[in-house]
Amino acid sequence: MTATTLQMNTVAQFSRKKRMTMAVPLVILAYLAYIFVSFDVAGLGERMNINNARTLVSDTYSYKTHVTQNNRNGGLSISIEGESKGAYPNGTAPDWVTLGQDSTLVDLGKGHLITLGAQVSYDIPGYGLITARPDGTGVNAVFPAGELPSYINASKNRVMINTEAGRLTITRARAEVFKYSLGWELFFFTLDSPYHGMGPIKLLSSAFSGEAGAIWNDFTNNKMWRHGDVMWALLETLLMAFLGTFGAAIIALPLAFLAARNFTPLGIFRFAARRLFDFLRGVDGLIWTIVLSRAFGPGPLTGALAILLTDTGSFGKMFSEALENVDDKQIEGITATGAKPLQRYRFGVMPQLMPVLLSQVLYYLESNTRSATIIGTITGGGIGLLLTQAIATQKDWEEVTYYIVLIILLVMAMDTLSGWLRRKLIKGDEGRH
Amino acid sequence: MAESSNTQATATDLSDAYLAQIKSKRLMNVIMLMLFIAMLASGFYVADSRNAGGFWDGLGNIFDFPAAMMGEAIERAPLLPGFLIKYLPSLIETINIAAAATLIGAMIGLLMSLLVTRGLAPTPWLVGPLRRILDVLRAVPEIVIALVLIFMLGGGPVPAMIAIALHTVGALGKLFSEVNENASLKPVEGLASVGANWTQRMWLGVIPQVAPNYLSYALLRFEINIRASAILGFVGAGGIGYDLRNTMSWGVGKYDEAAAIFLLLFLTIVAVDQLSSLLRDRLTHGAKRSEVIL
Repeated sequence: MTATTLQMNTVAQFSRKKRMTMAVPLVILAYLAYIFVSFDVAGLGERMNINNARTLVSDTYSYKTHVTQNNRNGGLSISIEGESKGAYPNGTAPDWVTLGQDSTLVDLGKGHLITLGAQVSYDIPGYGLITARPDGTGVNAVFPAGELPSYINASKNRVMINTEAGRLTITRARAEVFKYSLGWELFFFTLDSPYHGMGPIKLLSSAFSGEAGAIWNDFTNNKMWRHGDVMWALLETLLMAFLGTFGAAIIALPLAFLAARNFTPLGIFRFAARRLFDFLRGVDGLIWTIVLSRAFGPGPLTGALAILLTDTGSFGKMFSEALENVDDKQIEGITATGAKPLQRYRFGVMPQLMPVLLSQVLYYLESNTRSATIIGTITGGGIGLLLTQAIATQKDWEEVTYYIVLIILLVMAMDTLSGWLRRKLIKGDEGRH
Repeated sequence: MAESSNTQATATDLSDAYLAQIKSKRLMNVIMLMLFIAMLASGFYVADSRNAGGFWDGLGNIFDFPAAMMGEAIERAPLLPGFLIKYLPSLIETINIAAAATLIGAMIGLLMSLLVTRGLAPTPWLVGPLRRILDVLRAVPEIVIALVLIFMLGGGPVPAMIAIALHTVGALGKLFSEVNENASLKPVEGLASVGANWTQRMWLGVIPQVAPNYLSYALLRFEINIRASAILGFVGAGGIGYDLRNTMSWGVGKYDEAAAIFLLLFLTIVAVDQLSSLLRDRLTHGAKRSEVIL
């Protein structure tokens, strides 16, 4: 090769490289532009629901307490999030509500004072006093002189005042106050439990004086957060991953011998086993879940079997590849000592295979914890089911956040555990031979 | 004479000790195995008792649904090609969701991986926190993010794309950073000595070394993301999964369409698997060839 041809070749190669470096970003950009149009990203603004987003975000870190007065009979009810399971028992109230004979004083803080009774009044600092006498004819609200500020929405039969401190809604039938507070309400105990509002030290001392069972019972049966159900759900999810992964490994191992070239000289078996693995993997976990839930109904067993079927395919393929890479010398050595076939597998093959096999299985255990959550949302089981239920109510976002945090912690714990086990078991195995 | 009997005694001692050790190790292994089998059995029992339908009852029905579906599909076999064409646009949407999410996730993951690799990161104090963020992104199942985003953004492909892309950032960010750790630092040092800034050092010194591995991992991720995108459609994020749910909830009468969707999904997954393994194979070979030329 002469110097000129070499130079020409080099120049051609460089210009080809230049074209490539220009072309790749252009192709990516063109594809993203196509996606932008085909997914209608521009129209997202219209479809997006700002109110939903706002409720979601504020609900994850705060809750509201409803103080509701029935204007027809004067009855008063106080409940958290307006739910009956968060209702204060009659005659009790949080410390910012003062119950009186004819009227109730609600202190929203920062000088915002609301009086409920036959006459409803709201003293807004910097604006003035609003009074209303709701009856059959209307709300009959009286405002301070001047134009109404934008946070007040008033008509004959309905007045709504939205301030930074809370919200007051007056209709002919009801007067309702919302007060927003930070945190997750009633997380440990509901209001009907004697342990509600107890400090941790007092709780500990009661626990040691023989009430531990009752405290645990009240905690797990918390109607708002259902900790007992949540624990079961987490366990179910773990169970799906555990049963699915190890069940698949146990089934795949003997089949992998059939699919490995060096252990099955007969092509027909090898072909059959390999196509079976391909089929199990190709029919996705989603389809297996749907088919199996028709036969077994919703629950953890269905999820476990769906994982088992999909992973039998994956494991079978990986194990058979590992088997084909097994070193023959060790098997020959064992054969030379007069070992029978089963002993050859046990002492010649398994010690070589075990580290690879275990590391793959443990890796899948971690990733299947995540899959089990997803399968749970499809077939109905485990923490995935609780999550979809909470999302479907469209208001329990604090519970959704709680479940998400639990899922993240669970997956990370499994990640750590599987990594630790992997290191420990595989190192132990290497030390043995 | 006395000496030799002494060594003989130590040899027997040694062999006894060795055998005892082997024995205790075997015993431990047997105990572990028993424990494992007990856990598996009790786990199966608990799962069975908490399932709506029992295992042994359901086992007989396992082929009922596939049989009903196949029956309907075969009965109306001439309609099948029509259904395959009818659901092709949904399939393309599902593939697009996966492809766009993989592309966006890989690009962000690439940047993240450079930021979390010790020795390459421009801000070493950020390595720890960013790694935790990647861990969290990897731990959240896509479906969780998708469901929340569907509530805020409405149904459609965009929530699914964002959800899968976020998970991809977590997964690829970690894998890429493992690749980066094995990259040679010599080109980076060389570039630094001629005054290249961080972007230039990464773009010209690191990326060319690791690009084949990156591409191979990204292709593997694309396979996984196609499956994820089908699943997300099932919870309302558009694509073929959404059609599948609709035909399934219709029940008898539309099983032939469901069968067509199953077929499309199966063929796509197998095709993408084959294609990506072919490409990945070529990628490693191609890398070798370019090394030879240069």
